[in-house]
Amino acid sequence: MQKLYTNIIQIAGDVITVEAENIGNTELAQVITKHGTSLSQVIRLDGKKVFLQVFAGSRGISTGDKVRFLGHPMRIATGNMLLGRIFNGSGIPLDNGPDLSENLVDIGGPPVNPVKRIIPNKMIRTGIPMIDVFNSLVESQKLPIFSIAGEPYNELLARIGTQAEVDIIILGGMGLKYDDYLFFRDTLEEHGALSHSIVFMHTAADPVVECLLVPDLSLAVAENFALEGKRVLVLLTDMSNFCDALKVISITMEQIPSNRGYPGDLYSQLAARYEKAVDFDTAGSITILAVTTMPGDDVTHPIPDNTGYITEGQFYLKNGVIEPFGSLSRLKQQVNGKTRDDHRTIMDTMIQLFAEYRETQEKQAMGFQMSAWDMKLLKYGKLFEDKMMSLAVNISLEKALDLGWEILHDCFSPEEIGIKKSMIDKYWSKKV
Amino acid sequence: MTAPRKGRITKISGNMVTVSFDSPVMQNEVAYILHQAERLKSEIIRVRGKLAEMQVYEETSGLKIGEEVEFTGELLSVELGPGMLGQIFDGLQNPLPEIARQCGFFLKRGVYFKALSDTQVWDFTPLVKPGDRVRAGDKIGFVVEKIFRHYCMVPFSLQGNFEVVSIENAGTFTIREAVAQIKDLDGKIYPVYLSQNWPVKIPIQAYAEKVKPDEPLVTKMRLIDSLFPVARGGTYCIPGPFGAGKTVLQQLTSRHADVDIVVIAACGERAGEIVETLKTFPTILDPRTNRLLSDRTVIISNTSSMPVAARESSVYTAVTIAEYYRQMGLHVLLLADSTSRWAQAMREMSGRLEEIPGEEAFPAYLESRIASFYERAGAVRLYDGSTGSVTIGGAVSPAGGNFEEPVTQATLKVVGAFHGLSRSRSDARRYPAIDPLISWSKYKSFIDEKQKERGHGILRKGFDVAQMMKVVGEEGTSLSDYVDYLKAEFFDFVYLQQNAFDAVDEATPKERQIYVFDFIYRILESEFIFENKDTALHFFQQLRQLFKGWNSAPWQSEEFEKNEKEIRVFSLERLKKG
Repeated sequence: MQKLYTNIIQIAGDVITVEAENIGNTELAQVITKHGTSLSQVIRLDGKKVFLQVFAGSRGISTGDKVRFLGHPMRIATGNMLLGRIFNGSGIPLDNGPDLSENLVDIGGPPVNPVKRIIPNKMIRTGIPMIDVFNSLVESQKLPIFSIAGEPYNELLARIGTQAEVDIIILGGMGLKYDDYLFFRDTLEEHGALSHSIVFMHTAADPVVECLLVPDLSLAVAENFALEGKRVLVLLTDMSNFCDALKVISITMEQIPSNRGYPGDLYSQLAARYEKAVDFDTAGSITILAVTTMPGDDVTHPIPDNTGYITEGQFYLKNGVIEPFGSLSRLKQQVNGKTRDDHRTIMDTMIQLFAEYRETQEKQAMGFQMSAWDMKLLKYGKLFEDKMMSLAVNISLEKALDLGWEILHDCFSPEEIGIKKSMIDKYWSKKV
Repeated sequence: MTAPRKGRITKISGNMVTVSFDSPVMQNEVAYILHQAERLKSEIIRVRGKLAEMQVYEETSGLKIGEEVEFTGELLSVELGPGMLGQIFDGLQNPLPEIARQCGFFLKRGVYFKALSDTQVWDFTPLVKPGDRVRAGDKIGFVVEKIFRHYCMVPFSLQGNFEVVSIENAGTFTIREAVAQIKDLDGKIYPVYLSQNWPVKIPIQAYAEKVKPDEPLVTKMRLIDSLFPVARGGTYCIPGPFGAGKTVLQQLTSRHADVDIVVIAACGERAGEIVETLKTFPTILDPRTNRLLSDRTVIISNTSSMPVAARESSVYTAVTIAEYYRQMGLHVLLLADSTSRWAQAMREMSGRLEEIPGEEAFPAYLESRIASFYERAGAVRLYDGSTGSVTIGGAVSPAGGNFEEPVTQATLKVVGAFHGLSRSRSDARRYPAIDPLISWSKYKSFIDEKQKERGHGILRKGFDVAQMMKVVGEEGTSLSDYVDYLKAEFFDFVYLQQNAFDAVDEATPKERQIYVFDFIYRILESEFIFENKDTALHFFQQLRQLFKGWNSAPWQSEEFEKNEKEIRVFSLERLKKG
């Protein structure tokens, strides 16, 4: 069955073409060269011609090398044996542990039937006020962190990962610097989270195409745990590298590019991954947090643009803080009504005042006169930035709400901020 | 029966498969790929020589060169009959709850179910008698589906005149039992069932004439109904960047719109959104009928991770179902979210066909496809004199929020109203985020034309003043300009914006809109006396607060009248005498 084919007739980019028969679409094959063996996947069939995308890249492949088809699509082991393990983008262990082959599942499985989903209703607490108070993260949400190079997005991701109350963390790294990989590994270890984590790591030094598998591997494993009732958090960084790898392959395959060289199916490709986020009716859930670095801080670039249409909001990380404007959790309304009765009041009031503060700042910068109200706003804005927005702040939701009252109390009188009287009576005088 | 015509796969590229054949094939014919035990539905989209290119409505992994393909000789069709209301279908009209029962959590490739139940029985009442003359689309009887008389009609595909040969008496039937026999002029007999099939890409045209859509479709959104109205049988589009609230707007419309039936086509969008609709609609009462919202809703769900080719079929399936109910003299609203995903599916397929790309790689026929889809909307007069309508509202998701892109532009050419959502409005939390300065409608509003113009006028003026103030500051603006600016802001806050979380404010009936608009018109026309800008600002802030309370008071309640009086007294104080 495992016949070897030796007639490689074309090598272009990271795609090789070999003549073979009876091959299934998306099937895996091993390319055996004198430099080693690499996995590859069928991406097009045309008569006898089989187009293979070689994960390790085509460098060093000779036309006389051998190709062995495996007769199945990409699979990954699943289950508790994976916990605490680290793999590369092809699913091969990086941690000197044994190869795993239990409970193999195909990656990129079928979509969930919408009628088997439930309306998300459980909040995930992170200890970060800008998330918990203003844009609550909800179980089964898919949320990207929009950011630019140089921002501490990986630190933020690692912190949410280690502090979030979930059963299992799966980290998928795409095109990460080796330092970042070590940072993630050490952070997970320090916080004792490694024992319930699984890492799929593709570093910048690895072949580009190999990162294409990372989201699928991560999500296939996550799905398996979720079906067993586990609450899984999947962290993906950086999805822009994934998109760029898609671009490389589609251009090699001579597909007509749609927008800035990206393939026309970028939306569908991203959706197929992000839509794996789910809260199963009578089983567990998958929550996805993914970093998307925006080239040139441009939110209309095809990657963040397509992502924004798919995900349920976004966290916008800029100048080292989560920007309240531009950040959005579409699902927050599902949960922030049942945390504490002042949650929505604090959220709305503080954001409104902060928006006014920004306007005042602009006025100040343009040299207009500052009124007494403007001065109050300036004081408020400063406190808000230091005590709420700073990523150094690490407090529970309840503490953050109390802190919110405290800041309002320090800057304003109750009638100035338009909060309902019943709320004022309950919380205003309360000394924290 | 002749043996089915067959072909063999010669090429596989993504969801496009090329097949060699040696018997005739038909464009847009449905074919099944036989892969082991699976049968995968596909459609021929191009024929070249002895090769047919097909789009596959399923994922293609594992398919092999040389595998057999069976041609069906039929176009992609849906089954139309009682039992569709309250149902949730995928883009190929498979009932999703049934798939869940059989396959569990996931959608299984190649699993297809009948759209309508074979075994459910319906109480049939005949409307014709033997000897009556009928033609396609004529009602020969009805069953009761939820709250509607679901008419059983002479198949739309029959041409010419027919005579009723026999008709069953009142009684219970399944959709597989013939309820009547009719014969054509040559004496050929045709059975009539409670259901019939119809190819989705061909409009149903069994009506006397298409009429001009001039009756307003009340959505109970003030901004839409008063300033940018939609007509029954008309078309409108809602383009907007992500996060501007397209979907929320569509959800509110699906709840409150004054129509008989709503068909929701979730095309390539988030599964979470459709989950919300399908889990909440069976729990919400429709105030007009006092029945559950789900009783008047059909959901077609092809979410973004479901097969791409079925996105195209999902919008056609939805519009065909809408047209079918229109044939019964009902008013149907089709909400498609989002037509951009459908256009992207066309682009993907066009790329695989290696067609020469148009703008942003969309195919050259994008415009004509979009146009012919929206053209399926319309108000019609049926043969029996009754009227029905299909209104189409399509959400558009322009790349980068830029309305210059091809899908938005192609859509704008063919729709009757444009509700453009803007990022700045949604960032300022002004909902609905329809930008009144860029939106337009060709339909007639129930608001008095002069008053409506005044509304548009003050918004434009207010915007101009606001722009100017950014440069010269408040101190450099004249008091009268500043008051105009405040009036525009006031109009925006108390009338255009609506609070979706307030039970009363979220839906405003027509009579109330006319009444309140007239009230506001008089405020806009009034000249007030202010000492300075601060007092003006203070006045309008207080007025706004009073209106907020008025907006949450139920129509014609005691509270409503009390609030109205308060506002009158308050505003009189500042009014210029004489």
